[in-house]
Amino acid sequence: MTIADQVTGSTIAGTAEAKPAGAKPRIVAPAITLPAIGERELRLDLFRGLALWLIFIDHLPPNLLTWFTIRNYGFSDATEIFIFISGYTAAFVYGRAMLENGFLIATARILRRVWQIYVAHVFLFTIFLAEISYVATSFENPLYTEEMGIMDFLKQPDITIVQALLLRFRPVNMDVLPLYIVLMLALPLILWSMKRRPDVTLALSALLYAATWEFDLYFSAYPNGFWAFNPLAWQLLFVFGAWCALGGARRMSRILASPVTMWISIAYIVAAFYVTLTWYVPQLSHFMPKRLEQWMYPIDKTDLDVLRFTHFLALAALTVRFLPREWPGLKSPWLRPLILCGQHSLEIFCLGVFLAFAGHFILAEVSGGSAMHALISLSGILIMWGVAWVISWYKRVADKSGTKTKAAAGNADLAGGG
Amino acid sequence: MKVRVLLSLILLCAGLAAPSARAGDAVPAAPAACELPPYLLTTDSQLHKVADTVKAGKPLEILVIGSRSTTIPAQEDSSYPARMQAILKDKLPPAEIVHVSVEIQSKKTAEEAAGTFVKLMEAKTPTLVIWQTGTVDAIRSIDPDDFRGAVTEGVAALQNAGADVVLMNLQYSPRTETMISAPPYLDNMRVVAQEHDIPLFDRFAIMRQWNDQGQFDLFSPSHGPELAKKVHDCLGRALAQFVIDAAHLGPGQQQN
Repeated sequence: MTIADQVTGSTIAGTAEAKPAGAKPRIVAPAITLPAIGERELRLDLFRGLALWLIFIDHLPPNLLTWFTIRNYGFSDATEIFIFISGYTAAFVYGRAMLENGFLIATARILRRVWQIYVAHVFLFTIFLAEISYVATSFENPLYTEEMGIMDFLKQPDITIVQALLLRFRPVNMDVLPLYIVLMLALPLILWSMKRRPDVTLALSALLYAATWEFDLYFSAYPNGFWAFNPLAWQLLFVFGAWCALGGARRMSRILASPVTMWISIAYIVAAFYVTLTWYVPQLSHFMPKRLEQWMYPIDKTDLDVLRFTHFLALAALTVRFLPREWPGLKSPWLRPLILCGQHSLEIFCLGVFLAFAGHFILAEVSGGSAMHALISLSGILIMWGVAWVISWYKRVADKSGTKTKAAAGNADLAGGG
Repeated sequence: MKVRVLLSLILLCAGLAAPSARAGDAVPAAPAACELPPYLLTTDSQLHKVADTVKAGKPLEILVIGSRSTTIPAQEDSSYPARMQAILKDKLPPAEIVHVSVEIQSKKTAEEAAGTFVKLMEAKTPTLVIWQTGTVDAIRSIDPDDFRGAVTEGVAALQNAGADVVLMNLQYSPRTETMISAPPYLDNMRVVAQEHDIPLFDRFAIMRQWNDQGQFDLFSPSHGPELAKKVHDCLGRALAQFVIDAAHLGPGQQQN
């Protein structure tokens, strides 16, 4: 993930030197550094791949594999990893584009990416519609007459579908992409500001986060309520990722390397683990001070609770410390599937959501049971891996036969697709 | 990574150990399918008024405020409030009069339901109110903060009217899991219960336990009422047991 001393980089000034013919003079902020082109940060791919697998498993009904997802062991979950790494890679890819080609072209490329994500979202919505329509007509269990009220929206497809296109009607499990779209839309502004004053940008982001909590700001949704992931709060993680990518991580290397940080992180993770344990083994909650509970709960996912954010930071700090960039395991064939998936995050994310729908459908219509459940989880992961492999293969072939111009820096997927 | 692996292992062990601590002391005549681990039926909060009423030998008037999932269509006698009444009569001293009435707030959110409580409590004066809510709010994805506020208000209104309160959360409904997001509502009900020190009957966890352990296949698209009847019977038993425990009606008051 983010790191620090291991990120080899050339400063912007260095880049400018290398290309003296590079057009207009720019304001150069020496604080910003970009890793050298072509050096892929495999840890980013690895953890993004892991996040994608975990999101898929968490979207299936709970089963044995669910116990391996990190949300059971602390406050944060795969969403934090995904958004942070997305911020990191997006800043990495489009930050470079902005330096080399200017604000306008980078913005155009970001908007093209936003469009891709939007289309992916609409595609998933169509699949959701198909599923819910089917369930609505086939499900008549008298135990659940009340829950069938969820189908009421089918009575007004004119409104519902338009609202879905406006990203205001978002079924369960389809919240991440709209969040991602909004964050990417803000990216040109974030990068523009970060190019000049990275620390001020991060501070502004934290301020917006605080204001969101203080004034209860939110994005409204249809038919009522609000977005399940509030972009005004989650942007903090995204901007923090961008900040790390643009040199912040390197400047934090001192802090990250300190044993104090390590022990605080460990203590916090253990404490969070204990709290999580009380959710599953309520007998333990006798040992939880009531006042602490009242202060702590609810741990809000919508607005990215501070406890979740700090839990993610602690995990990231330890990961960076114990998993060096040159760790040979990153090249091992065992981690290859994860890394492959992480390298094609948008495609694999959508596939994961689709597979979760499909898995749910099979469980409901064909047969349940834990064996079936495990089979679905495992085959889902295998399919994700297989598709990621095919995409990689196709890209290789296409790149070979295509022009070389869009090689290295040009491709959004280079750093995992932004 | 190491830490995570370690934690996974610890939790896995804990997870494996948990089911072995099964309840041996459920309702004696309960069918095996109703079995639950004891932690799902215990609470730190107490029902003082219920305890006093039963100890004084006065009639126990219980009001269930619910929604469509409180009943089974066309099978009122098999719904969980009716089953709870039968079990309570069975377990409490024979002289004890138990009467359970049901107030259905169909398609009402917690806020809409809470608005009716003052009048409702004037009309009936129950010793205990079991308020089952959350489903409609989840379906309409009401803001969880607003939901928490509404539940808080409702609980306060019921308590001010002089009743003990038990909160009951959503059903576990695996087939609609991809369409209805229950967790925010479950969490907020837990918070309100904690803040007011009232018992929370965790219907969601209980039904999930039954589904996971294979006692009931809640995924089933069954068209008949049989499954619903069995589940409601077990819910009624669990609820009766829960009320007896929360009121600390020891063996002296129970007829075993």
